[in-house]
This record gives sequence, C-alpha cells and structure tokens, in this order.
Amino acid sequence: MYALADCFRLKRQNGSDMDDNKIKNRIEHAVFICIILVLGLFTQNTYYLQIMTFIGINTLLALGLNMLIGYAGQISLGHAAFYGIGAYTTAILSGTFGISPWLSLLCAIGVAVLIAFVVGLPTLRLSGYYLGMGTLGFGMIVNILFREWSSVTGGSSGFVGIPVLEAGKVSFMSGQNYFFLVWGVVLGAILMCRRILASRMGRALRSIHDGEKASLAVGVNTHYLKLQIFMFSASLGAVAGFLYAHFVLFISPESFGFMVSVKMVTMVVIGGMASVWGALLGASLLTLLPEVLHGFAEYEMIVFGLILMVVMIFMPQGLTRGFLDMYEKARKKRQ
Amino acid sequence: MQEIIQYLFSGITTGAIYAVIAVGLSMLYSSTELINFAHGEFVMIGAMSMVTFWVHMALPLPVAIGCTLALGCALGLLFERFAIRTARNPQPIVLVIITVGASIFLRGTGMIVWGKDPFSVPPFSNHESLEIFGAALLPQSIWIVAAALLLAGGIHFFLKRTLTGKAMVASAVNQKAAWLSGIPPERMAVLAFAISTGCGAVAGIFIAPVTMSSYDMGTILGLKGFCAAMIGGLGSLWGAFAGGILLGVLESLGAGLISSGLKDAIAFILLLLILYVRPGGLFSAKEAKRF
Amino acid sequence: MISPEPGHNNKPILAVSSLTKMFGGVKAQDNISFSIQPGIVCGLIGPNGAGKTTLFNLITGIYSPDEGQVVFNGKDTRKMTVDQRVRAGIARTFQHVELFGSMTLLENVLVGMHVRTRSGFWGAVTRLPWVIREEKEAVEKAEALLEFTGLMDYAHHPAGDLPVGRQKTAEIARALASDPLLLLLDEPAAGLNAVETEALGKLIEQVKKRGVTMMLVEHDMSLAMGICDKMIVLDQGSKLAEGTPREIQNNEAVMAAYLGQG
Ligand SMILES: Nc1ncnc2c1ncn2[C@@H]1O[C@H](COP(=O)(O)OP(=O)(O)OP(=O)(O)O)[C@@H](O)[C@H]1O
Ligand SMILES: [Mg+2]
Repeated sequence: MYALADCFRLKRQNGSDMDDNKIKNRIEHAVFICIILVLGLFTQNTYYLQIMTFIGINTLLALGLNMLIGYAGQISLGHAAFYGIGAYTTAILSGTFGISPWLSLLCAIGVAVLIAFVVGLPTLRLSGYYLGMGTLGFGMIVNILFREWSSVTGGSSGFVGIPVLEAGKVSFMSGQNYFFLVWGVVLGAILMCRRILASRMGRALRSIHDGEKASLAVGVNTHYLKLQIFMFSASLGAVAGFLYAHFVLFISPESFGFMVSVKMVTMVVIGGMASVWGALLGASLLTLLPEVLHGFAEYEMIVFGLILMVVMIFMPQGLTRGFLDMYEKARKKRQ
Repeated sequence: MQEIIQYLFSGITTGAIYAVIAVGLSMLYSSTELINFAHGEFVMIGAMSMVTFWVHMALPLPVAIGCTLALGCALGLLFERFAIRTARNPQPIVLVIITVGASIFLRGTGMIVWGKDPFSVPPFSNHESLEIFGAALLPQSIWIVAAALLLAGGIHFFLKRTLTGKAMVASAVNQKAAWLSGIPPERMAVLAFAISTGCGAVAGIFIAPVTMSSYDMGTILGLKGFCAAMIGGLGSLWGAFAGGILLGVLESLGAGLISSGLKDAIAFILLLLILYVRPGGLFSAKEAKRF
Repeated sequence: MISPEPGHNNKPILAVSSLTKMFGGVKAQDNISFSIQPGIVCGLIGPNGAGKTTLFNLITGIYSPDEGQVVFNGKDTRKMTVDQRVRAGIARTFQHVELFGSMTLLENVLVGMHVRTRSGFWGAVTRLPWVIREEKEAVEKAEALLEFTGLMDYAHHPAGDLPVGRQKTAEIARALASDPLLLLLDEPAAGLNAVETEALGKLIEQVKKRGVTMMLVEHDMSLAMGICDKMIVLDQGSKLAEGTPREIQNNEAVMAAYLGQG
C-alpha cells in the first residue's frame, strides 16, 4: 500500500512526464499486489491455488526469456535447460545431500549463472539462426544429461524425495503459503525487470534491439550486455526451477525438454515483447489453456505451432504489442 | 577390428541419411539464406508416409516412394507460400520462430494422423547380407549410400549446370540484381523450398526401414542434419554430404565404444564446438558487416 | 613519421597514415595519410564510392585496416575496440539515419551518454543514491543537449516518428552526448531542405565553438565551403587533394574527378 501513498505524494509535487510514468507504475504495482492478496486469501479450492501457483512459476520463466527475446532481440530455444538446472540442482543438494533448500537455491542460481556465462560467452556472438541452433543444441545436451546421468538425477524415471520448503515455523506445504511465496518472488522479479529496463543498462539493451550497429557505435559493449542479460534470464529460470521442484516434489527430464523451451518462447511471443505484464499474460494463457480445453493435450503442439507461426507472420512485434499498436493507430486516426 | 568395421558400416549408412538431410538444408541456405528449423519434420513426414503408402495401403514400392516425394515437395511449397513469404518482417529471429512454430505444428499434426506408436517398415530388398572382414553389410546400406550420392550429384548438376539452377544461386547472391536481369526471385525461393523439403522426404524414405519411425523423430534428425551441414560449411553441398557421413560414423563409433545413451549428445556437442570454435570461419563470407 | 603541417605547432588530434583497406578486389582505401589539428572543421568530399564512409568506419574501429594506422589524440588506436574509441572521444553519425526508433529522443541521447555513465546491473536493481544522482545528472545533461540542438519539443517522442530533418539533428545530439573530442558527420545534410541545411550549418558552427573537432562528409558544396577550415578530397580510395576550401576549389585534379563523374 506504500505505493499508493507514495504516488499521491508525488502527484502533489509535480506532474512532468517522467513522474507521470512513475505514478502509473506505482498504481500498477499496487493493483497487482491487491489482486494477489485477494486471490491468495479468498481462494479455498486447492486446485485453483495450484493452477495459479503454476502461473506464477511460468511467469518467472516468461519474464526472464522476455528480457532476452523481447528487449535484447536474441533468441534462445534451449531455455528450459536453465529451468531444469535450477530444479535438479536443488533436488540433488537438498534431496540427496540434505543441504538446506535455501542454501541450495543460492547454489542453483550460481550454477545456472555460471553455465549461462560459459555457454553465452561464445554463443551470443552468433546471431539469428546460429544462436537459435546453438541454444537448441545446448538445451538438448542438458536434457540428455538429466536422462543419462541416472546415478545422480534418477534418469528418465525421475527424481523422488525433494524436501518440502520451510522457513522457521512456516511450512510451505500448504497451497496458500506456497502461492504467496511464488507470487512474492514474481513481484520481486517484476520490480527487478522494470528497474533494469528503466536504467542505463535497460536503455542500452533496448537500443540493441532497435539497431545493433548504432548501439555499437555509441559505445555500448553489446556482447557483454547480451551476456549479462542471458545470465539474468538464466537465473530467473533457475529460481523458477527451484520453486517448481519444491512444489511438485518430483521432477523428471520431460519437464525440461525442447517442448518446454518452445512453450516458453510461445509465452513471450503471445505476451511479451511489450511489457513485463505481457509476460504475465502469456504465462497465464498458456497455463490455463490446457486446463480449460478438455483433451487439449492432443492438440497442444498444433495450437502452439499455429500461435507461433501466425503471430510471427502478422505481428512480429508480439501479440500484445501488436494489439497495442493497432489500438494506438486507431486512436490516432480518430483524433 | 571386426566390431569397428561393423560400426563403420552402420555409421556410413546413417551418415548417408544425415547427409541427405544436410544437403537439403544446405541447398536451401545457399539459395534463400534461410535455415528451416522445421526441416527435420519433413524427414518424419517422409518416413511416416512410407508407412502409410507402402505398409498400410500396400501400394507398389515405386508408387509409394513417388507419393511420399510428391507429398514432401508439395508441403514445402505450401510452407514457403503461406508461412515464409507472407512474413511481414523477415528477419532471422522472426523466421526462426516461424519455422520452429511450423516444426511443432507438423509434429503435432503427425501425432494426430499417425498416433504416438512407433512403426517399422520392412527392408526394401531382402537379399542376404554380405560378409566383409567378418562384418555384415546389408544390401540396403549399399543402395542407401548409392542413392544419397546420386541425389547429391543430381542437385549439384542442377545448381551448376542447368539454367534454372544457376538462376537460383544468382538470386541468392544478389536478389535485386537477379530480379533486374529477369530472374523471378520468388519462384526461385519456392523451387528451392520444394527441392529442400523433397530432400527431407527422401531422407525419411531411407530411414524408414533402418529404424523405428514415430511422429517425434524429426527435431533431433533436423538438428543432426544442421550439425552435418555446419561441419562441411553451410552452403557447401559436398561439404554437407561429407559432414553427414562423418557425423554418422562418429556417432556409431561413440555409441558402440562409449555409451549408446550418449549417442545423441555427440552430434550436439560437435555442433556447439563448431559454433564456438569457428563462429566466423565456416561462414566468413557473411561476416563482414556493412555500415 | 607524421610531420605536422607548416604553420601549426600543436599536436594533431587525428593522424592517419598509409591507411589501406580492401574489400574483395575493391581498394576502398588506398594508402591514405592526413592529419587534423584540434578545433577545426575538416570537410571530406569525393564522388560516390570514393571511400568516405569506409574511412569513418576505419577511424571508429568498425573495420580494421589492412595496413596503416590511426593515431587519435596521441594514442595508437590499433588495439582499441569500438567502445574504447568512443570513450577516448570519437563519436559519429550515420549516412542513413540510425536512431533507436522505438525509444524517445531523450532516451536516444541518454544511450549516447553510455560511455560517460557507469551504473550497471546491480546499480539498476539496488538504485543506490549515487545511481539516482547519476541518472538525474544524465537526464539534465541530455535535456541541455536537446535544448542546444533545438529538439527539446520532441524529447518524449519516439525517435522513429520524427521528420527526417529532425532525425539528422538528433543523431548529432546523440553523438555529442558522449562528450567527443572528434565528431565524424557522415552526410548530415543529405535529405534536408534549404532552411534545414542552413540551420545545420549554424549548429555545426556552434559545436565548433564548444571546441569539438569535426570531420564532415558533404556533397553540398556551398555548405562545405562555408564552414570547413580544411578539405580532403577522396576519389576511388585514394587521396586526391588536401587544402583550404579555396585551394580545393581551384584544384584541377578535383575538377577533373567531379566533371569526369558527370
Ligand atoms: N562492407 C563492404 N563490403 C564490400 N565492399 C564495401 C564495403 N563497404 C564499402 N565497400 C566498397 O568500398 C567502396 C567505398 O565505399 P564507401 O561507402 O566508403 O563510399 P562513400 O565515399 O561513402 O560513397 P557514398 O557517397 O556513396 O556514401 C565502394 O566501392 C563500396 O562498394
Ligand atoms: Mg558514404
């Protein structure tokens, strides 16, 4: 609620363009927090809570990938690998070695960031098709590793025995607590992304998307910047993997395969490329679709494929952005 | 020794199939500068169509092969017309997502049409296998390699010796100049797509009797084809062919001597190594940026 | 090696010696040498394909030369990356407008300030006081620059929506944001009408007053003659002539090259 109070204070001070934006952001965050609180406190149905928790986890994935695809303009077709690395790292450390899950969260983030660095250093020099192929191959290798290194990962039958999260007296066994944990993290991630985008780094990032050669020429170290954002999105993926692992308590390689990477890209294409809220929208839609449509699983691939093709053919700036642009144009015409 | 020769034989056979996939990708790249992430799905369609036409509908073998080929080419045509040419903003990242979307779409369609179970196709010829140095060589392997060579040779001849082929290469090098000299680049792109996906279908026909075929076989095969094409230098026809054979042999040796579970990883590790070590070297002509 | 021109005692800000660059069989730069004194405006003229843009790309480090060297402000630039050169004080504009189209004009100028600010990932996330201060100072400086270039009215418009003339000026504003010692302008007047061209001439004069050395590629001779202290003429990759505008105007080889072009 601090946000609302803050924005009124600001409003009294002055009303220049920049501050208007700030006020808008605060209101958005306040509304977001209210919605989370209402949904979390008043939803009794555990199934609904579970779905909403999954939406939160997927939003984290979409947020991270959106920074890379939507803002930096770089493709990754193997992002599920970082999701899996987060999940497996915490599973192995806390499940097999009995380390505190919170400590293993740090390790999971560390491992993902390190791998992102090693993989990104040469790959992000590539562009377009080669980056796509490189990340796709990377995702495949990681998935094969999950499957074949069975003495550690449990192989294709999966990993059992992931401990439930606890913090002091609070157990995250209950659906409601976990819901708030996940959405708290999502809120934190949204704030982080927005801060990054509004900063010097974010401007440089968007400038790469608009025109890489000019951004090079004004002195942006584009390769380093892409690498940083790749590492950031990998760390969000790892956090999502951590939350996923301690939520479902059982993980297997299928949850982190190529299809999951494609699903992440689809979320970004639907929602992202416009704003962080777009990522939320994309994640919600793709999480809800299979739940709402009976027998969707059969047609899941066809639907995702069609979404990707149609949106990219007609609205290469992304679905949400595309609609916003159309709306803007219509409004301008009316004026 | 005998084992190694056995691995070599099977490696060269799968290698020839990879080579055909790679040739399709490579020739599409050299004539449209596009990499089709859905290429592997055309291999799947080729293999599964063989199941339908030959095993289920019991058409005579040549007719079944003809139908499969026609289907592959026709789908490529439609794909180019409706998904690639209509793209508003044909930048690589957009085309990557479009072709990935197509790949998922085709795979999903394949699942609906053919179901989730794998199928097998009997060998096209059932002669006795030959014994060479104590290793068994299936006659099937011989004609797969021969047919792959023939196909690559045919495409080579087409691109280098026929007018249409030369026009196709020319329009890739410089679209505007080609257009000015009367070559319709759009028709060239359609043709390149049809030939490329046709190659994919041929690879599918070859692979059907060698392994089990199912709707989800395409992605990995496409990636391996790309890996092979990269080994040989993208855009080079015989390079792609050699890359395919090399990849097949390495895989077969790796699977036999190290671990069969890691077989698939070999191609991807190789792919990453090439992308990392020689990101510019293999396609240096494209490197110079023009400001 | 580099002999200072007679009449000038101070060190040149830019010294180019025997620069050569081949593209396939095309010699885009053929053994080019010259030097530029600080504070002057140096015109760079020549027919299409003469190698003017290539020269800029070599100075800014987008291309590396096959032979020869570029010494900027006393330092050999051979080992310097593009962003290091910007940091050292080389800024440029493009022949074809290369603004960040979806970003506002103010943001464009702020990106231009990239090498002069330092907050990174952690600064953005934590928003420590020094980061906020830096951002505030950057915005103030950017607004001052927009005021200086007369673009303040457009500060919050997406750069891609601006008319071409404004976009050309905006590129200059963005380049100035990095506090350059040397500013390379690639055909800033291309696509401008007479009024805009005149305003551009005035802007260049003012930038010069700020002590920025400039190199200017220009086809509009009347503009170039008016504001340049010195001119270099390129033709097919080689240096045809060098001297004051008056000397260039009377140079026969230059006349021949331009007339020969038709
Ligand atoms: N990246 C490149 N690859 C190949 N050739 C190039 C490249 N850049 C420039 N060239 C060639 O170098 C020569 C000089 O080009 P440059 O762009 O420097 O000319 P210019 O003087 O700027 O001409 P204009 O007045 O048309 O801008 C031309 O023949 C051009 O085709
Ligand atoms: Mg030029």
